[in-house]
Order: sequence, then structure tokens, then C-alpha cells
Amino acid sequence: MTLSDQLPILAVVVPLLASPLCVLIGNRHAAWLIALLAAVGAFAASAGLLLAQLQGAGPVSYALGDWAPPIGIEFRVDHLSALVLLIVSAMAVWVLAYARRSVEAEVAQDKQTGLYAALLLVHAGLAGIVLTGDAFNAFVFLEISSLASYALISMGRDRRALTAAFQYLVMGTLGATFILIGIGFLYMMTGTLNMADLAERLPALSDTRTIQAGFAFISVGIALKLAMFPLHLWLPNAYTYAPSVVSAFLAATATKVAVYLMLRFVFSVFGHDFAIAHMHLDYLLLPLAAIAVLLLSLVAIFQYDLKRMLAYSSVAQVGYMLMGLAIATPLGVTASIVHLFNHALMKGALFLALGAVMWRVGSTHIGQLSGIGQRMPWTMGAFLLGGLSLIGVPLTAGFISKWYLVSAAIAQGWWWLILVIVISSLLAVIYIWRVVETAWFTPSPNGTAGRAEAPLSLLLPTWTLALANLYFGIDTSLSVGMAEAAVGGLFGGAP
Amino acid sequence: MELPGLFNYWVVVVLMMAGFYVVIEQGNLVKKLIGLGLFQASVFIFYISIGKVADGAPPILGDAAELYSNPLPHVLILTAIVVGVATTAVGLSLIVRIHEQYGSVEEDDIHRADVQADEDEA
Repeated sequence: MTLSDQLPILAVVVPLLASPLCVLIGNRHAAWLIALLAAVGAFAASAGLLLAQLQGAGPVSYALGDWAPPIGIEFRVDHLSALVLLIVSAMAVWVLAYARRSVEAEVAQDKQTGLYAALLLVHAGLAGIVLTGDAFNAFVFLEISSLASYALISMGRDRRALTAAFQYLVMGTLGATFILIGIGFLYMMTGTLNMADLAERLPALSDTRTIQAGFAFISVGIALKLAMFPLHLWLPNAYTYAPSVVSAFLAATATKVAVYLMLRFVFSVFGHDFAIAHMHLDYLLLPLAAIAVLLLSLVAIFQYDLKRMLAYSSVAQVGYMLMGLAIATPLGVTASIVHLFNHALMKGALFLALGAVMWRVGSTHIGQLSGIGQRMPWTMGAFLLGGLSLIGVPLTAGFISKWYLVSAAIAQGWWWLILVIVISSLLAVIYIWRVVETAWFTPSPNGTAGRAEAPLSLLLPTWTLALANLYFGIDTSLSVGMAEAAVGGLFGGAP
Repeated sequence: MELPGLFNYWVVVVLMMAGFYVVIEQGNLVKKLIGLGLFQASVFIFYISIGKVADGAPPILGDAAELYSNPLPHVLILTAIVVGVATTAVGLSLIVRIHEQYGSVEEDDIHRADVQADEDEA
């Protein structure tokens, strides 16, 4: 058995074991270094898995502890999970590389070690959800990542971070418990927890009320975790009051992994025939997604705190992903997966840029940011690039996702949906423009003129992510290529 | 009606709804957490109930029994109970911190304090 056979488990175990190590050593500088090294290690493992998928290795199955599936727990790597795993581990590396200075400024000293440990736990949990081929195991990893993220959010400076974390804890636990009930219903009828096995046995049982109830519980549970409108109420406060590093990491990965779980359950486990054709999940998701992209983009315009503005925009962007999922054609799901990838890049860049502003100014309130574009040209340049990508300007990654989404809508002949996409993009122009106007076209308050750029250790990760938005707007072979291959897997039957 | 019949499932439904109601209705954060615990406990009972096989013996390898109850759901729910304990612990520690910062664990008071702070800022 060679190392390359062990890559799936390494992507989870490395951050999982490094986390207690951070706490045991107890020195915040050492903890940061360990966290970064662990993230780089996990990133290497997931890059290896992605390469194997690109070379056409086909789905890889890894039996945990050598207990053969379906009795044992199985890790299963296919195109979709390899792509989402890459997002999670890449964002962890970028955010941790950025974290040291930002955390130093925003979090009390005695809590910093704990922050790195919890961040690694979230990382391990999310990677586990993506890799696992076992429904119950997915619940356990979901709770590992959620519990750690409640702790992370509560570390914000503002005391409202505490209430935001508690609110998220209540909503998150309800969501996860709903998923647990649903999995119980499935197990009751099929006697298996392995996703591939479930996919085989479910079609014969699709007319029973138990399976239908299980489907409903799982869908609602995941919808809570991915902040689907109108179940998004926990998200804005959580992202606003969490430390910048935490907002960036959660915004770029946590909701994405929940979308992945939705895709996995809807298309791999239940299958298109049951979930869409029989249960009409799309009737529920499509209107809610359309309202989300319009309403929450509108709400974002009226926010004074830029972190809160981005949080509302995140809920709207999740709407795009659900829209693609609800169109439920191969093209629509491709759009959903491509946007999942691209949105991680843009929100990562935007939140990291705001983190640099927070580091320098100590606030992300728009009233404090007059003329910030002259004072911090590089930081705000990265913000602008991320903002353009969010709007969907050609040559940015955001354009690619919107292009695929619109193509999918045209293929269905749903012109109203295209209108919704265009209007919500225009709303995004408005809320990004507000920032541009404040940053460049209003004079700095007296006494603050002159350049005061963020240090290179904050700028470098921000800019590489911002440039990635350009790169994946031009060369789409990785994002779109993998998404198309993943859709082939999702519509081809078992995962 | 023959007992147990669907008795367990009725208990599950009642407990679940009672817990859910407490989570939504209560303004006191500790009581909210108790409701959440009740809600989770109902799911534990649900899992334990589905493991029972009619006329099955307890799943301990032994004498003459040929039919055993299914032990797997029980094992699963041990994991879920651990998760539940962890959730309660994190929740309670958050409440302790909230109480330190706000001097109250009533949602109304906390909300009022936040609004007050916003007004002071503006």
C-alpha cells in the first residue's frame, strides 16, 4: 500500500490531528505554524486526489480501517468531491497564510491558539463531509465542523458575536438534527447507510411515505445549513461579528459544502427521478432561489457595515447555486457547481480585503471608509476585482458562472429567470458601486491623508485570490471541465 | 390498542414538538437550550425504537436466541448523544459568556442592550 492510496484519509486526518496539537503546545505562534503546515499538507493530499481524477482514475473508494463497504465506512472520491475538497483545502491554506497578523489584531491573545485549533477542526469536518460515502458519517462530520464554527464565531471582538454564535448554534443544531431524522427514515426502510447502496435500494421504495418524509427532513435540514432563503437568518450576524479570518473561511467553504451535500443527496442518493421528477423539489427551490437573489441583493444595498453587506450578498449568491440545482438539467447543475467554485474565490478575496481594512482602520463601517481607496489602493484594488467578479463582468470568474446559468435558463426557455439574473446582477453593481464611491470619490477625513497600506502578509493572499478570479475567468478548463465531469457522474447513476 | 405498538413513535412526536416549541417560544437562552436537548433526545428515542425487531432478543451473543434486535441504530445514536452533549456544552459556555457581557440571559434584554448600544454609537 503506497502513500497515494492513503490520500483520501490524509486530507481529513492531518488537520484533525494537528488541531489538538495546537492546543497542547499552547503557544500561539507555534499553533499558527502547525495549522498552516497541516493545511498545506491537506491541500497537497487533495491536489493529488484532484490530479488523479483529472487523469481519469474514476471514482476512488477508500475503506476506513480496512472494513469493506457497505458495512464499513467508505470514503469516495469522484470529480465533484475532488473539486469541492480542493476549494476547502485551498481556502484553508490561503486564509491561514493570511491569518497571523489579522488574528493578532482582532482576537484576544489567550484565544488565538484555540482559534487555530477550531479552524483546523472546521477544515477537517468539511473535508470529511465532502469525502464520505456514508450518510451517517456525513452527519457526524457536519456536526464536527458546525460545533467548531460556533466557537470560532464567538471569538469576535464585539459582544454581539456571542449572540450570533448562539443563534447559529440553535439553528445549526435544528438543521443537523433534521438531517439525522431523515437519515433514520432512510435506514429504517433500506437497512443501509452507504450512499451508493441507498441509491440502489431507494427507487424500489420511492412510493412509501417514510422515504418521502425522510427526503423532506434531509432537504430542509441541509437548506438550513446552506442558508437558503428564508432559512438564512443566522448567517448575516454570524459573518458580521466573527473575526475577519473566520468570516472569510466560512463564507468561502461552509455554505459551499452544504450545497455539495444537497447536490449529493438530491442527485446521487435520491436520484433525479425521485427528487425532481417525482417529489418536485425544483418547485420549492426555484421560486425561493429567485426571491433570494432579488430580495437579498436589495437588502445588501442598504447595509452600512460592509461585512454585513457581503453576508447578505452570500445568501443571494447561494440562491444562484440553488437556481442551477433547481433547473436540474445537466447544464443547470454544471452552472451550480461552477458558481460554487467561483463564489468561493470571489467571497474569499472580498472578505480578505475587508480583513485588511479592518486591520488598518479597525472598522468596516462604510462611514469610516471615506477615501480609503487613496489610502489603501492595493487592498481596495483587490476588493474591486472581487466585486467585479461578484457582479459578473466579462473576463472574471463570476461571468463564467452567470454565463452557464443563463445558458441553462435559455435551454429551458425560461425568460423570466434570465430577467431575474440580470436584475440581481444590476443590484450587485449598486452595492459594489457604493463602496467604490466611498472609497475613491469621497475625500479622506482630515488627518488621515497619506498612504497607509496593509502589510504584505495580508496583501499577498488577498491578491492571489483576487487574481484567481481573473485566471478562472479566462482559463475555465479546471472549473468548468471538472464541473462537467462531475455532472456526468451525478446524472450517470450511483456516485 | 396493543402496547407498545406505535407508542414509542407517538412519544417521539410529542417530545420533538414540545422541544421545538420551547426553542421557538422561550426567550430565556438556557430554556431554549433545554428545548433543543429535548428535541435531540426525541430523535435518540426514535433511533433506538427502530432497532427493535419484533420478538428479537437483546443483541448479546448467547444461549438460544435466534433472532436479535438490530444493535446498529443503538451504536449510531451513541455517537449522536456525544454530539448532543458537545452541543449543550458549547451552548452553555456561550450562555456563560453572554451573561458576563450582557448581565442577562433573556433574549429581550439582550436585544434591548444591542439597540441601546447602536443608538449610543449613532
